[in-house]
Amino acid sequence: MTKQKSKNISVFLAGCRDGIPIGFGYLAVSFSLGIAAKNAGLTALEGFFASLFCVASAGEYVGFTMIAASASFFETAIATLVTNARYLLMGCALSQKMSPTLPLYHRMGVGFGVTDEIFGISVSRSGELNPYYNYGAMATSIPPWAIGTLLGILAGNLLPESVVSAFSVALYGMFIAVIIPAAKKDKVIAGLIIASFALSFAASELPVVSSLSEGTRTIILTVLISSFAAIVFPKDFEVKEGENE
Amino acid sequence: MSKTIIYIAVMASVTYIIRVLPLTILRKPITNKFLRSFLYYVPYVTLAVMTFPAIINATRSPVAGGAALAAGSIAAYFGADLFKVAVVACTVVFGAELVIFM
Repeated sequence: MTKQKSKNISVFLAGCRDGIPIGFGYLAVSFSLGIAAKNAGLTALEGFFASLFCVASAGEYVGFTMIAASASFFETAIATLVTNARYLLMGCALSQKMSPTLPLYHRMGVGFGVTDEIFGISVSRSGELNPYYNYGAMATSIPPWAIGTLLGILAGNLLPESVVSAFSVALYGMFIAVIIPAAKKDKVIAGLIIASFALSFAASELPVVSSLSEGTRTIILTVLISSFAAIVFPKDFEVKEGENE
Repeated sequence: MSKTIIYIAVMASVTYIIRVLPLTILRKPITNKFLRSFLYYVPYVTLAVMTFPAIINATRSPVAGGAALAAGSIAAYFGADLFKVAVVACTVVFGAELVIFM
């Protein structure tokens, strides 16, 4: 028991250490997210708690554009659902690494911090998932995420226009850092990204469609393009033993 | 209660449910091929849709945003991590706008 306890502490510390570089990245990106939050009319404290409780870059960004557009709560919920749908897939992958005896409260705790980066570092660890590793990574990366948002709202208008303009692309930089390596590995994804750019641009210019909110356009395009891809380019995943399609 | 707080509560609840549902309920992998493929493509498509043309509208000059997209993509292609790509994109915008608004 005490042996397990000391192991949990060392795993927690390993998670803390691996979460530090993630935290630095989050600080810069969430600063730019703070600027978006400010434009949507959020106070510094509201932005801080939004980031603390959501911990989702794209999802929060879409949420803020929904707030800015005074969208309905239902529309906001759907937009959040679609933008964050990838966490569903990550959760499925992560659940396969959990011991069947892992208690519910640990599953709920780990679930809170399934971000792209924490998922990435925890799913690639060997053996069964130790929740304390995720808690460590969350402890050093989520606070900078929330503080960065707060600073972006507070300092966004203290900084010169040129610096704000530069910071405003940090968030897109993070999106690019996720999609480009995937495009490099999978040519279908590369094609889909180009198609997404083109269709998204067209949707922002075309009559009727362009009058829809940015979040709604994102939902519609995501569902259409991903469904098309799933039908035309179904992905062959490794199927575990005992399962047949 | 302010309307913004309700928005944040909606965002936080939906986000948390999406994350925790597969970990608590789903103990078997999804086998439906369409659904798996769909979920596989969703993150990349949604991020791509959100990046363009938004990136060229975010900056003061669309040319600077376009340059950030190109430079960030090249950096990511050659293995730069999240933080480095974000820094490259910001630096390019800053530099490009210095020249453009000279």
